[in-house]
Amino acid sequence: MAVPALPRGGGAGTRPPRRAGGSAHPLGRWLRSGGPIRALGLAGAVLPALVLTGLLIELIFKAIPAIGYSGLSFFTSSNWQFGAQYAAPVTTNGLTHMQGEAFGALPQILGTLATSAIALIIAIPVSLGAALLIAQLPRRLADVIGAFLELLAGLPSVLLGLWGAVTLGPIVAAHVSPLIADSIGRVPGLGGAFGRSTGSGQGLFTSGLLLAVMVIPIIASTSRDLIRGVPVLTREGAVALGMSDLETARKVTVPWVASGIVGAIVLGLGRALGETIAVAMVCGVALGTLPTNLYGAMITIAANIVQNLDTAITDPMDVSAFAELALILMVITLVVNVVATLMVRRVSSTALPVGRGL
Amino acid sequence: MSERTSPPGIADGGQWPAVHPSRKIANVCYWIARCIALALIVGPALWLVGSVLAHAVPHWQWSVITTNTTGESGGLKQAILGTLVITLGVLIIGGGISILAGLYLAEFAAGRARIILRSGYEILSGIPSIVLGLVGYLVLVSEHGLDWKYGLLPAVLVVSVIIIPYITKATETSLLQVPTAYREGADALGIPPVWALRKIVFKSALPGIVTGLLVAIAISVGETAPLLYTAGWSDFSPSLQLTGQPIAFLTYPVFTFFNLPDEGAKILSYDASLLLLVFVLLVIIAGRLIVAWSRRHAE
Repeated sequence: MAVPALPRGGGAGTRPPRRAGGSAHPLGRWLRSGGPIRALGLAGAVLPALVLTGLLIELIFKAIPAIGYSGLSFFTSSNWQFGAQYAAPVTTNGLTHMQGEAFGALPQILGTLATSAIALIIAIPVSLGAALLIAQLPRRLADVIGAFLELLAGLPSVLLGLWGAVTLGPIVAAHVSPLIADSIGRVPGLGGAFGRSTGSGQGLFTSGLLLAVMVIPIIASTSRDLIRGVPVLTREGAVALGMSDLETARKVTVPWVASGIVGAIVLGLGRALGETIAVAMVCGVALGTLPTNLYGAMITIAANIVQNLDTAITDPMDVSAFAELALILMVITLVVNVVATLMVRRVSSTALPVGRGL
Repeated sequence: MSERTSPPGIADGGQWPAVHPSRKIANVCYWIARCIALALIVGPALWLVGSVLAHAVPHWQWSVITTNTTGESGGLKQAILGTLVITLGVLIIGGGISILAGLYLAEFAAGRARIILRSGYEILSGIPSIVLGLVGYLVLVSEHGLDWKYGLLPAVLVVSVIIIPYITKATETSLLQVPTAYREGADALGIPPVWALRKIVFKSALPGIVTGLLVAIAISVGETAPLLYTAGWSDFSPSLQLTGQPIAFLTYPVFTFFNLPDEGAKILSYDASLLLLVFVLLVIIAGRLIVAWSRRHAE
């Protein structure tokens, strides 16, 4: 078969000159080859790093007076006093501050860690169990359940806080806490932490529960995607060996995705540590004391910032103490998130960033 | 595992080895535990939605969306408008910056620069929003900073920083998922790369980018903590004045009014939460539609 020859033209002269060719003015070439987009994009891409640096510098700079004023007692003392707002300021060690001011942030730091720990203790088995089930369900049903995960992840945290304060808290106080106190609280040695005086439903346990509800969609949806990514042949091999569902999960599926799941858990931890509004609505706001048991009122760093910043605004030393709090919170979440990113990046590639939103 | 020299098989006329009861029981327990776990996810989600509906719907009046708040009663018109204005501003500033950044990371950046820039926004996405709100207050709002007072611009800037990682990630990921053949095809046709980017690559990455924008909208509508100290609160409809004029937003009444003794304030708080809930459901539905649409048009 003879292929009709393409009209080739006589030579270089008949070929239209390339529009983005080398002959144009350098500026025109820059404009036409996407220079502006490139420059703007670079500016946008550098911005997060600049913001991060700015955040750190501003917080460190602002926190210096409080660091000088409180020193290590910031981490060891439970005494937090905003000071006499209307009395004349006094000066100690060259630092001007209100009379009677004290910044002992121990309850907040412990509160932040404890609520997150409770949240993870509840969220890990629930999310992992649900993810293992969802991955095994027919696709259409799994999509419907996925919508619930999206809903939980996408709900504004203030709605979860409202639900926690108005609906969940009273029920926890009336039914759940007494149940725990009567079961775990009866175990010798645990009576102090889990025992009687089950509180008002505003406190450590309710905050932990609420955080668990917020963390579960993160861990569950990431785990589900990871489990779905386990090669089907590997699972079929396990089934062919006569393994039951439980044995397949324990010996094949979960070990296959373990590091990714740990990464998802740490991401969830980052979310729980930084959660503000929902915790502020159910924690009971106890600034200067440690909760006596699981149900006691408490506060976290983030909740304290949002609840009390308006009290602190007028006094530079108070503001400085809040900057120090924010700095501590930022450093904790930074460490947690860097660990999580490193662990998740190695194994998973979900289309959207897990952590918040849909 | 027991020692067996020759496993009995169906072919020999033998029977399957008996399954040890403990394995059966363990497996049944596993199924039950997983079903309970799933119920613990679906249950609270339904409970939450039901609780908001039960508190808000019986008292719902349409005047809520047509009148402004006066003190602790009235409607929420100015808060709805304020949230819309803030979200629009966030989409313009934050969305613009992040789409450009995502474009740069996917198309132009290479090697180590790309890794460093990418980890920049990944780290930023992990910073608690209250920290960003506090710094936004100290730097932009406070009289010791730029002294802009509460207003639209500080709110838009802080929320933009919060959502930049999400849109950047979505843009970058969906651009990277565009098949190489599209670019090669465009190249073979002699289309300049920038033109191909605009007409072909960007087009097929659009559903992913829009999904990222939806996430950003959901976040900026649902944020409370950073807005409390940047937007402030106002009983008046938002003007487009950038600084010096506090602006209302929809999550404020939920947080502030829910435990006030006044019944009207409580109802307003539930009304606002109902509006937020409806909004989140709309965003989720829109996201699903986009995913379904782009799947149908993928081939």
